[in-house]
Amino acid sequence: MEFIQFDHVSKSYEKQLILDELDLSVKENSFVTLLGPSGCGKTTTLRLLGGFEKPDSGKIYLNGNDITALPANLRPINTVFQKYALFPHMTIEENIAFGLNIQKKSKDYIDDKIKYALKLVNLDGFEKRSIDSLSGGQQQRIAIARAIVNEPKVLLLDEPLGALDLKLRQNMQYELMKIKQELGITFIYVTHDQEEALTMSDTIVVMNQGYIQQIGTPEDIYNEPENAFVADFIGESNIIEGIMIKDELVSFLGVQVPCVDKGFGTMKPVDVVIRPEDVELDAPGKGFMDGTITDCLFKGVHYELDVQCGEYEWLVHTTKYFEVGQNVSLNVIPFNIQIMNKPESEDEEVMKEDV
Amino acid sequence: MTKAKKGASYLYLGLVFLFLYAPILVLIFLSFNNSMSRTVWGGFTLKWYLSLTSNDNIMSALGTTIRITLASSILATILGTSAAIGIHYMKKRHAALMLGATNIPLLNADIVTGISLMLLFTRFTPLGEFSVVLAHIAFSVPYVIFNVLPRLQSLSEACIEAALDLGATPTYAFCKVVWPELFPGVLSGFLMALTMSLDDFTITYFTKGAGVNTLSTMLYTQLRKGIQPELYALSTILFLLAFVLLLLMNFKRDIKKEAK
Repeated sequence: MEFIQFDHVSKSYEKQLILDELDLSVKENSFVTLLGPSGCGKTTTLRLLGGFEKPDSGKIYLNGNDITALPANLRPINTVFQKYALFPHMTIEENIAFGLNIQKKSKDYIDDKIKYALKLVNLDGFEKRSIDSLSGGQQQRIAIARAIVNEPKVLLLDEPLGALDLKLRQNMQYELMKIKQELGITFIYVTHDQEEALTMSDTIVVMNQGYIQQIGTPEDIYNEPENAFVADFIGESNIIEGIMIKDELVSFLGVQVPCVDKGFGTMKPVDVVIRPEDVELDAPGKGFMDGTITDCLFKGVHYELDVQCGEYEWLVHTTKYFEVGQNVSLNVIPFNIQIMNKPESEDEEVMKEDV
Repeated sequence: MTKAKKGASYLYLGLVFLFLYAPILVLIFLSFNNSMSRTVWGGFTLKWYLSLTSNDNIMSALGTTIRITLASSILATILGTSAAIGIHYMKKRHAALMLGATNIPLLNADIVTGISLMLLFTRFTPLGEFSVVLAHIAFSVPYVIFNVLPRLQSLSEACIEAALDLGATPTYAFCKVVWPELFPGVLSGFLMALTMSLDDFTITYFTKGAGVNTLSTMLYTQLRKGIQPELYALSTILFLLAFVLLLLMNFKRDIKKEAK
C-alpha cells in the first residue's frame, strides 16, 4: 500500500455526489497537485484527508493505518488554508506557536522553531507584529510557517496562492518548492491554475466532476492527455474528431496524416489533439492543409492566430507575424499528433459534455 | 471654512449638548441643594447623600434592583449567547425565522409585553422578584443575540478548522480561538442587558406584584407623595456610575486601537 491511499471514497453534499468511488494513492515525499475546475471534487478530497469531512463510504489510509474515523486534531497532517485563517487576536509568534503549545513543547524549543520557520518563509524578525499589519502574501507565508513548525507528515495546501497577484504568485511557487526540498515531506496541493500545477508538482491528478481524469507527471499530462477534457483543461488545444485508419495513420478534416500512435485498431473513431504551438505555418500547398488567417493577436512571447480551413478554425501559436487574410498551409510533425480514444461509458460521456 | 461658519457650527454643537445635558446638570445641582425647594438655592450640602443610606425604602429598592438586574442580565447573556450560536449554525430559512421572532419583543410596545407577561405569570407563579427576573430575561435576550451574532458571522469557519488542524480539541479551539473573538460581543450584549434591566419601568410595574419595588417603580410611587431630594442624590450616583462605565469602555477600545 502507498503512503496515502484513498480506497473507494464517496462523498455527497445534500444529495449531490461530489466524489464517486475515488481511488488515489500518493507516494511519500512527493509533491502531488489536484488540478481541476471548481466543483470537480479536488477541495473535498483535500478536506477528507485533513479530517474536516467524513466520507459517506470508503476508507482513507495514511502510512498503512486506517485514518477514516480519526478527527482532524489527531492526524499528523497540517493545512495551509485558502484564506490564510490566521487567528486575528494573536501576534505572529502566538499564531506560529499555537500547535506547539498544544503539544506542550518547551519554551526554548518553541522559540527556536518560530525563528527557524520565519527564516524559512523569509520573514525573520516579524515575531511581535500583529496579523493586520501584514500584506496578503506575508499572511500566506505565516500560514505556511504555522503549519510546518508542527513537523507534519503531510502538508495540505488549498489554493494557497489564489489571492495573490501574478508576480507574487510566481515567487511563492519557487519558495514553496524550496520549502518542500528543505522539509522533505509530502505536499498535496489543490489548484485550478494549470501553470502552478505544471511548475511545482512531481505528479498531477486532473479531476473533473468527482472523477480522476488522468494521473501523471506534468510532461505526461501536457504532452499526452488521455482524453479531451485533460487536453482542453491543460493548455490550449485543437481537438478534432478523426478516424484511425490503421496504425500510424489517421484521417481528419478530409486529409490523411501520418502519426506515431499504434494499437487503436482499424477504422476506429478517435479524437485528435494538436497543441497550437506544434502547428507550423508554411506557404500555401506545402503542408497537409491550406487555410486563411482570420485573426492575429500579439500575446507577448508569441502571436495567437486563428486559421480557417474549410469548416474548422485552427488555433496556432507562432513567433512570426502574419497578416489577416493571408493564405497559408499547416504542417504538424507526426510526433506532435496526439490520438485519444473516444469516450465509451456513460461516465466518460459526462466528462466529454462538460468540455 | 470661514470664521462665521465655524462659530455657527460651534454654537449649534453647544446648543445640542446644552439640551442633552442641561436636565441632568439641574438634577446634579439640586442633589447638593440645602433646601427642599426645586427653585431656590439653599447652600451646598451632602446631607441628602448621607440620608440616602438611612432611608429603608430606597435601600431596599436599590437591593432589589441590583439583584434583579444582575440575575436577569447574567442569565440573559448566557441564554442569548447560546441562542446566537444556535441561530448561526441553522439553515438560512430557519435562521431568518428565528431572527424575526427575536425582533418582535424589541418592537412590541412595553405595556403590551408587560400585561401579557403578567397574565402568563399569574397562572403559574405568584408575582414577585422572581417573575420580574423572568420578564427582564425575556426582553434582554434579543439585545444579547444582536450583539453576539455579528461577531460569530465575522469569525471565519476556517479559523476553527485551522485550530483543529493544528491539534486543538474542539473545547480548546473554543476557548482559544472562538471565545476571544466572541467576547467583545458577549460583553456589550451583557452591558446592554444590564442597562435595559436598570432602565425598565413599564414591564417591571406589571410583573412585580405587591411589596416589591425596584428603583424605577419606587420613584414612581414617591412621585405621588412628592419627590424627596435623596432621590436626586441617588439619581446622580446612578448617572455617574453609567458615565464611568461608558468612559471605561471607550478607554479600552482606544488602547486596543493603539496596540494595533
